[in-house]
Amino acid sequence: MVRRRRTSGILAWLLEALFFKKRSVKIGIYGPPNAGKTTLTNRIIHTFADEEEDVGTASEIPHETRRAVRRGGILIDLKQNLKQFQRTNFNSNPQPLSDPTRNGDPTRNPSTNPSTNPSTNPSTTNAKSGRKGRAKLKLDVVDTPGLATKIDFHDFLAYGLREEEATKQRAKEATEGVIEAIKWLDDIDGVILLMDATQDPYTQTNVVIIGNMEARGIPVVIAANKIDLSSAAPQKIKKAFPQHFVIPISALTGENMPEFYAAMVRRFR
Amino acid sequence: MKRSEEGEEEREEGGEEREEGGEEREKRNMNIKMDLISEDKVNSMGSMEKIRFVLDGVKSGNIVVLEGGLTSEEQMKLIELAMLEVDEDFTGIEMSGYPSKKGFFNLRKKTRLTVVGPAKTMHTIKKGKDWISAVISEI
Repeated sequence: MVRRRRTSGILAWLLEALFFKKRSVKIGIYGPPNAGKTTLTNRIIHTFADEEEDVGTASEIPHETRRAVRRGGILIDLKQNLKQFQRTNFNSNPQPLSDPTRNGDPTRNPSTNPSTNPSTNPSTTNAKSGRKGRAKLKLDVVDTPGLATKIDFHDFLAYGLREEEATKQRAKEATEGVIEAIKWLDDIDGVILLMDATQDPYTQTNVVIIGNMEARGIPVVIAANKIDLSSAAPQKIKKAFPQHFVIPISALTGENMPEFYAAMVRRFR
Repeated sequence: MKRSEEGEEEREEGGEEREEGGEEREKRNMNIKMDLISEDKVNSMGSMEKIRFVLDGVKSGNIVVLEGGLTSEEQMKLIELAMLEVDEDFTGIEMSGYPSKKGFFNLRKKTRLTVVGPAKTMHTIKKGKDWISAVISEI
C-alpha cells in the first residue's frame, strides 16, 4: 500500500515540490479472462491521458491479452477531470473502432446513450460524484493477461481459430501470459480486481488473487463489471467479498465510472 | 465339415462380442484415484514440497484432497507451476477450496480444505464459503 504522510503548510509543500518527486503508484488490473480488463484500461487512458490511445484490443476470444502492458503517467484529478468524465464516458467507446465485436456508436446502444438511459446521464450521477472528489492520484496502470488455472487449445477452435498450430501457439502464449501476470504481483502497489458481474464470483482465481493481496497487504478495489447486461448481479460479488470495496461498473458504457475513480483515489492514494 | 465351419464362425462372432463386452467393462471400470491427505502429512511438508506433491499427483490423473488446505500464496504458485507444464495431454488444473479463516486474535489465517484435480477430469459446478460441488468424470 502506498501511504504518504500528509503534509501541510507552505514550507512542507515547498520541500516536497523541490526535493521529493511524487511517485506514481503501479496499479495492476487483474481478473479472469474476458472480464473486460483491456476495455477498462483503455477507458482509464481515454479519460485521463489520451483519447486516441489504446493499450490493446478487446476481444470475445479469451486470452487476447497475452503480455502485460504498462501505461505510465496517468493523473486522476477528480475535480479537473469532471468535464472529461462527461465527454469520454458517454461519447466514446473504449474499444478501438476497428474492433468488429463492439459497437462504437453510442446512439445505437441504449445503455450508452445518456439521453435514453437515466442512470448514465452526466447531469445526475457523474456530475454529483465528480464534484465530491478533490483528490489526485498519479498512477501507472498495468493491463495483465487473464488469470486461469487451465488452458486447452481446443477451446480456441470454438472461437473460429481454425488452424491447429495457431491455436497451440496461442495456448502456449496464454500460459506464458498467466505466469507473467502472476510475476507482476511482486511489482505492484495496488490491484483492481475485475469480475464479470454476470458470472459466479466464487471462482478459485478470484479467491486466490484476493487471498494473495490480503497476505501481501496490497489494497484491492473490486470492480463488478458488465452491469450494462441484464443478467448482471453485482450484489452477489458484494455479498461474496464484504470486506472489500466493490464498485459496480460498466467499462464498456462508462456507467458508474466516476464512483469507481473516486474509490481508486481513496484506496490507492 | 460345413457344420464345423459354421461353428467356428459362431465362435468367432461370440469372441468379438466378448471383446466388445470386455471393452465396455474396462471403460466402466476406469477408476479415478483420489488421494486424501491428512493435515499432519500436509503440515509435515514445506511449501514447495507440497506443491510438487500435488502437481505430480494431479498430472498422474489423481484428485488430491488436502485436509488443512493450501495457502493462497501456495495456490498461486501451484497455478504458476501448472501453467509451465501445460501441454496437449495436461491442460491444467481445477482447484477448489474453502476460503481461509482468521485464526487466533485474527493474527494468523487458518487455511481449510483444498481439492485439486486435472482440468479434464474435475469440474467445479458451484462453491460457496463452506461448500464445494464438483463433478469428477472420466476423460
